Parts: sequence; C-alpha cells; structure tokens
Amino acid sequence: MLPEPFAQWFARRGWSPRAHQLALLQAAADRRSTLLIAPTGAGKTLAGFLPSLVALSSGKREKKGAGLRTLYISPLKALAADVARNLETPIAEMGLKIRTETRSGDTSVARKTRQRTHPPHILLTTPEQVALLLSHPDAGYLFADLDTIILDELHALAASKRGDLLALGLARLRTLAPAVMTIGLSATVARPTELRAYLMAQTEPDTTLALADVVTVKGGAKPDIKILAAEADIPWSGHTARYAMAEVYDAIRKSRLALVFVNTRMQAEYVFQELWRGNDDNLPIGLHHGSLDAAQRKKVEAAMAAGKLRAVVATSTLDLGIDWGDIDLVIHIGAPKGASRLLQRIGRANHRMDEPSRAVLVPGNRFEVLECRAAMQAAEAGAQDAMLSRTGALDVLAQHIIGMACAAPFQPDALFSEVRTALPYADLTRQHFDRVVDFVSTGGYALRSYERFAKLRPADGGALRISNARIAQQYRLNVGTIVDTPMLKVRLISGKRGAKISALQGGRVLGELDEYFVEQLPPRATFVFAGEVLRFEGLRETEVYVSRATASDPMIPSYGGGRFPMSTHLAARVRTMLADPKAWRALPAAVSHWLELQAERSIIPGPNDVLIETFPHHGRHHMVVYPFEGRLAHQTLGMLLTRRLDRAGLEPLGFVANDYALSIWCRGDVSAAITEERLSLAQLFEQDMLGDDLDAWLAESSLMKRTFRLAAVIAGLIERRHPGKVKSGRQVTMSTDLIYDVLRRHDPGHILLEAAWADAATGLLDIARLGEFLARIRGRIRHQPLTRVSPLSVPILLEIGREQVYGQAQDSILRDAAALLIREATGESAA
Amino acid sequence: MSSLRPERFDLNDARDQPLSLCGKAFRAHMSGALYWPAEHALIVSDLHLEKGSHYAARGQMLPPYDTRETLRKLAEVIDMYDAETVIALGDSLHDATAAARIDAADLETLAILQDNRDWIWITGNHDPDVAPILGGHVLPGLTVEGLTLRHEPRAGAVTHEIAGHMHPAARLVVHGTALRRPCFISNGLRLVMPAFGAFTGGLNILDAAFEPLFGLDGVSVWMLGQEGLYPVATRLLRDD
Repeated sequence: MLPEPFAQWFARRGWSPRAHQLALLQAAADRRSTLLIAPTGAGKTLAGFLPSLVALSSGKREKKGAGLRTLYISPLKALAADVARNLETPIAEMGLKIRTETRSGDTSVARKTRQRTHPPHILLTTPEQVALLLSHPDAGYLFADLDTIILDELHALAASKRGDLLALGLARLRTLAPAVMTIGLSATVARPTELRAYLMAQTEPDTTLALADVVTVKGGAKPDIKILAAEADIPWSGHTARYAMAEVYDAIRKSRLALVFVNTRMQAEYVFQELWRGNDDNLPIGLHHGSLDAAQRKKVEAAMAAGKLRAVVATSTLDLGIDWGDIDLVIHIGAPKGASRLLQRIGRANHRMDEPSRAVLVPGNRFEVLECRAAMQAAEAGAQDAMLSRTGALDVLAQHIIGMACAAPFQPDALFSEVRTALPYADLTRQHFDRVVDFVSTGGYALRSYERFAKLRPADGGALRISNARIAQQYRLNVGTIVDTPMLKVRLISGKRGAKISALQGGRVLGELDEYFVEQLPPRATFVFAGEVLRFEGLRETEVYVSRATASDPMIPSYGGGRFPMSTHLAARVRTMLADPKAWRALPAAVSHWLELQAERSIIPGPNDVLIETFPHHGRHHMVVYPFEGRLAHQTLGMLLTRRLDRAGLEPLGFVANDYALSIWCRGDVSAAITEERLSLAQLFEQDMLGDDLDAWLAESSLMKRTFRLAAVIAGLIERRHPGKVKSGRQVTMSTDLIYDVLRRHDPGHILLEAAWADAATGLLDIARLGEFLARIRGRIRHQPLTRVSPLSVPILLEIGREQVYGQAQDSILRDAAALLIREATGESAA
Repeated sequence: MSSLRPERFDLNDARDQPLSLCGKAFRAHMSGALYWPAEHALIVSDLHLEKGSHYAARGQMLPPYDTRETLRKLAEVIDMYDAETVIALGDSLHDATAAARIDAADLETLAILQDNRDWIWITGNHDPDVAPILGGHVLPGLTVEGLTLRHEPRAGAVTHEIAGHMHPAARLVVHGTALRRPCFISNGLRLVMPAFGAFTGGLNILDAAFEPLFGLDGVSVWMLGQEGLYPVATRLLRDD
C-alpha cells in the first residue's frame, strides 16, 4: 500500500503506517474527499499530508498553471508554521523534491508577490490569505493545478464567520480547479455530518446533502479526570478559585509540566499572581494569553517546548493544535463551560494515545461544582456539544462578493450558483443574494441616491465589474472576519510621580489592552497585567503608559474575551443532576448540604422545569429565575423581563445574571402580584417577548450596537481602524452608533440590520437559545413564594454589584454627574 | 454670593437648560440647538448636510439619510420653541457640492421649515458659499444685541461671541463607566456650540485646541444626553 520511499522511511523509524493513514491514501487514490476525525496524538497531520507527498513524489504531471498542488489551511498562522517545520523532516529524509512554504500577514511583500506566480508545491496558510489570493486577477493561473486542500482543526473553523469566508473560498477554488479534493482534519465532534457536508460542493442544495467520506480514529485510553479536593469550603460565588490555590500549587509541584487553563484573561492574571504569591519552591511558572505581546508569548512557548517550565497559566490561546512540550497534567480553573472544550483542553496533556490524559477540575463556586461534575460525566461518556448548523452570514458574503469582483468581472447568475455550493449558503435565496450585491455596489438603501457612485458597473454580457482600482486596495486592507475590539499598546515607563509623559520615555511594550477597559481606568489606578501589578499613568495616542506598582490589592482588569456561556449540553446535564437527590451524594459535603437545605426551604425543580422564587430582601422584592441557559441568554432575558415588569407596575430597579440564574429586584411586591393573580408568570414568560419587547430594547442596546459595528466592518461599510490612522479618526470619523440609529429610523429593513440581527440572535444576545428555553418551559413554570432568601439564590445575590449590567444607564450617569455639580454649586456638601 | 448660584435646574425634565451669556438668557437644548427667547431665534451649528453622500462618492456607502435625520431633529426643535428666526452657524453643508446632492424630498422639507421664518446661513470653512437653492440669507457673520454669531471662534480671550466649528465633546467617567458626548462649552462670556448634524463627530474639550479660547478654568459644560441636557462638573471630565 505504502509506496517507496515511504515504506522504507516508515520502517527506518520503526513505524508502521496506521490504519487511518492508509485509509486516507486509498480515499485519495479514489479521488474522494474525506473527513478524518482523530484525537490528538494520532498522527493526524501526517495522515493528511501523506496522499499529497506520495502524489508529488511519484512522477511528473502536466502543468496547466503555476504548479501549486496542495493548499493547507489552518486557523492559526503559528500552527501553519509548526506544521511546515514538521513536514521538512520527512521531505528531507526521503530526499523528496517538494517545495513547501507558508504564507501569512507577516510574509514579506516580495515573497507574497512571488508566491502568486511561482508558488511552492505545498502552501500552508490561513483562511484570510486564501481570500486575498482569490481576489487577484491571476487566481485562475495560481490554482489551476490544485489537487488537494487540507483543512486543519476544521471543528474550530467551520461554525463561525471565518468558516463562512473559508466555505466561500472553497467554492471558488472548486470552480478554478474542478478536480480538487478536500481532506478535513478534526478533533472528535458530536455531529460529523456538518463537517462532512462542509467539505463538499452542495450541488443540489434543495434535495440532497453531499457528504465527504469519514474516517474515525477511536480515542485511546479514557481521560483520568478528578475534581480537586480542597481543604477550604467551596465559596458561594466568584470564579477565582482562590480557596484552592494551595492545592493547585501542590498539584503543579507533583507534575512534570502542568497546563493551567482558565476561562478569561482576567482569571489568567489572577491565578498567575496567586500561584507566584505562594511559590516557595520558586517553580518556573509562565503566563500565556491573547493580550500579551507576541514576543512574550513566543518566549513562553519556547520555554515550554524546551522543558524549562513547570506550569503555564493559559486561556484558549493554547487550546489548539501545537505541541509545546511534554505536558502531563491539565488543571482547569473554573467550570469548562462545554464538554467539547474540556476534551480538547484535556487532550493537551499527554500526546501519546495509549496513556490516559490526566486532568483536575477546580470549580470556582458551588454551581460550578455541579457543572464540573456534569462536564466530567460528559467527558467520560465521550459526549460532545452539538455544533449548531450555521446559516452563512450576509456581511461575510458581501466581503466575498467584492473580493470576487476584484479578481474579475462576474456574472451574477454564475456567482450565485457557486456561492450556493458552499454549505453555509446552501439555503441562500436569490433575493438575498441580489440585495447583498446591491449593498456592495451602492449601499443597498431604499433611498436610491448612490447609483452614480456605484462600485459595481455593468460590463460585457451582463457581468459586473469594479468601477475603479481603489476598490481592490480597500478590499485588501479590510479582508477577514476577525474584528477585534480596538486594542491599545501597554508600555512600561518609570513611574516618578508628577513626571510628564514624553515619547522619549517609552519603555518595553508588555502587550495590549482593550480600549473599553482603558476608558474606564481612573488615573493612577492599579491593575494586574502580564503578571505584574501596574499603575495607569496615562494615555498617549494609541498607547497606555504604565509603571510598576507595589500595591497589594490591585484593581483587576476585566477586559473582554474568552467568556463563553455554558453549553446547552452541559446545562441539560446540570439540570438533571440537580433534580436527582441521589446524584448529590457524589458531590462535596458542602454542596450536597446546600442542595438539601434548598429542598427543605424551597423546592428543587425537575429537569425540564424552571424554578422561579420570589422573596423580599433588603427592602426590595426579588424574583430569581433558574433557566441554566448561560449568561448571554440570561442577560437578554433579564432585559426583557425588566421591561415587562415595568409595564406591570412592579418598578424593577435592576438585575444580575450568571450562567445559571438571574435575579431581578423590584420596588413592587412580586410575590403578592403573582399570588393575587395581578401578574401571570405564563404571560410574563410568553414567547412573544421576543417580538416587540425585544425590538424596542434592541433600539437602545449597546450589545446590538457592538454587533452592528462588527457586521459593518466585515461587510465593508466601515473601514477597519489601522494603526496610525487612529488619532485623526477620533474626531473625524463618526461612531457606528450614529449610523445604526439613523439606519434604524430611516431604513429599518436594511440588509445590514438584518445581518446584525442574525448575529445577535446567535451571538452576544443568544436569542436563539432564549427562544428554545421559552418554548421548553411552557406549562412548566414552578413558582415558589418565600419569606426570605433561598439557599439556591445566594450565589446570584452575591453577584449583585459585582457585575456591570449592560443597559440604558447612560442618562442616569449624566444625571448623577449633574446632581453632583448642583450640590457643589449650591453649597450642599456631599458628606 | 447668590448671583453666582446657578439658575434652577430641573433634572426630571432636562430637555433644555437655562444658559446665560453676557447677561442674556438662552435655553440650551439636548439636541444641541440654542434658543434665544428675547429674539425668538434658534441657533444651530455644523449641520454638515450630505456628509453621507460625501463618503459615498469616495466608495464608502454610508446611509444617505443624514440630511433627512438632521432636518427631522431641526424641525422638532423649531416646533418646540416656535422659533421665528433660524440661524445656522456655518458648516451647514459638508462640502462645496453638497447642495446639489440633497434629495428632492429633503429640499422640500427644508423649504417647509423656512416658510414664514427668517433663515440665516452663516458661512463656514466647509461651505464658504451657500447655494441659492437652499433659500434663506447668506452672511459671513452677524451681530445681535451686542453678541457676535460666527462660525469659527476668534482666538484669544474674546467675549460676546457664539460660535461653532470646534465640535466640542466631553468625556465623563462616573462609577467606573465612561461616556463621551457632544457638549456646549462656555465661560459666561463666549460660547462654543456642539455640532448638530446627524453624522458629526466631536473633539474632546480637554484638547489643546480649546485652551486659547477658554483658558484653563472657569468653564461650564453641558453634555447632550438621550433624555436631557446635563450640566457637568468639569473635574469629572477626562482626556480621550
């Protein structure tokens, strides 16, 4: 099966080819696209490349174009570089005449240009680079010989806007190279069907789903997962797991190299700080998260690979693919939020398939104990979260259409057919396609005043072409679907009090901070960043100046990123566990006692019920709802319930939400209103809240405005902020909020509002999940009026005041500021 | 001391607030307009009409509704005060050819607003000429009751002046939440108005550009909210 020199090479290394590697070779020989599902350590990448290496080493083939044969696409440029390095060994050792190169945003312009006319045999790159290559007029020549496309970590790519962009790129690649075959590499997933279909051209989208073959490698040993037993009691709320730091440190001490996963950058900073605080043995412990400077991240990665570290505290930046060393323990701080994420992260420990990966879960609070148990059970059962089937985003389609127009004039009929072969766009209607084309050309407004500025103009035979070359430049500067929140560089300076900040003072760059976070920093506030306590000295253009501080109780950054809501799958498991007192025995004593108390004082809801408790507390009337549907859906629900309770005259004052529950507090007596039948819970939770109420709230919602901004950037309505342009941007550029407001009022049916709405439904507002919840609980609401706080409600009540709730509080801030001024002016002291 | 006391603020109905300049009484409105009751005159600045289409001509298809939205806001505030005179303090048009791009429906709205009303366009740097198609009188500046109305504020310690041009905005941090909004800024002797146009941005009043106009202290700031206009203590204001 394995031809020479490959058979010999395997033999020399003492290897024999694995069944899945041979299966992929056979599939390639039959020219069948295939999805390979395998756990980490199964030799997945080599399996993906073997068919290409074999084909390229066996004889000459006629060249129709530039000679590029294999395109490898990975979500991370670092992974592409890593894979390229790993390919060099077999190629060199077998003396194959195969050229491989990588291409990313960092590749030099000269090299990039050369790659378009004289490409290597194998090009390793990212989805954005593929989009860029396809937007050049010479794309047809470049890809004419393309034989194989390898999509790595497909599970991480497919169900996202990046996945949409890539799917559209694949559709075009198939047009340019009709015989091309795809190989998808993926970790274990719950529903491989989606990924198999993603790899194929959907030529009959209305009737049949075309599926790639699938080769599955069964996982090796079952992972060995434990929940950390700490001496101190598990706290009621919070996510820091401070109570367990001594035990976490101990676990690190006993292992070779531990990877400490956390859910947010804030937690990463905190845990890192705490571990060093008690680091009596001076263990080399590193820190790795997305806000850190790239150079600093690389240093940590290199130290890991060289075996110089004993532990690394990391966020999802280390979730994917690359091998950084001989990790023998994964410690997960906080609940993992999803079964698949947990498995993925556990897989980072021990890359040998036959030995179990070892992992320790450290719940941050009592609810997280339930969630950790649920995740453990799911992992043991090998259960995965189902990936949502995805409808391709319209903003991404807009970007793709302009890219295609930059490559060559296009026939709308032909492009529409091509786009529909991409799985996410299989259901796209012609009407939507035409509206997006119109948007690309003239903005797609009901008021048709921009025809004379149209970016797309008729060419021969009904085709459309771009009206000038500047459009292509604009496209290339704005390509991609990743729109970060604006980030500011953090620069360390010496912090002499009163010293004026000057540009000359500039010291080392520590990393980047979210602009939203910086905006809220009071002068000289202290916070933890890059593992140090820093003081905010000031802001200068796009840089945050900080100095080292010695504060022992720093204010901690709350910068965004990495806050996933609990998955639907885990939520269902948590509800089931909660409903079954027998399952409580496996929980730590403090937690099972807590649940017994709840059963005594209130009620324990059934697995499909929703419990609603109402009680007075601190002079206010609380309504606590326990949907277990994740923080995002709860926030949306809280906003909508607040509106409805306001109309019911109950004077809601505020609410707080976490992954498990939400609490709304009111002036009015909610218990009485329900028992006296002035307020119907069935009506309060009626699905129609997703109609008018949602619509009215969205008009004001800052989350919706943020979602709109992302869609506007991806669709090309607003240009990305590029470094250097930022300063003038401030005063000249209007904010997208203004555009959103004007568009809502004057063109409410606009396609970009529709796109933003669709994003919000699955993204920041999680309306889809909220809708499922409301449908699920019809007739299953269990109300319990109480005279005092219930045990189950304590964690959520403790979060009041800790979480900033998004809302319409803006005018109240102005009002407070004005009241302050009046007090000062009228001589009334605030004391 | 009682003369230094602010006039009565009503924060519950804060849509407009009293503002006095060189002893004359005005009402500053949350939309960014200024009403002069004694003259029955409404003053607005920096409408920047057709900014959307200006961008569209350069390939960025911003919504073509900014003129419509600006005129809608203007109509609302004209109605509210039943103003007899409207004075636009310059940069009413975003660029030299903007007038030709205004949609017919929007021109009609403008004509209706001008009906039975004195309408004065003061010229600005963006609109040194105002096309006759827009109606009204065109003036480089205007002095009323000893107060000079012009587009660009004169440098130095000038008094008795109402101007625009600067697009003043203020950034406030209270309870850890930041808010950036257009604002009125005055030292009691001169006033710079916020930009009224739907698509206009703002320049932070702590920027060095404001220093020659107002010096470093003794200014009052009113920020534009969604439900009202709010006088704000300047020590709460922050750089961008």
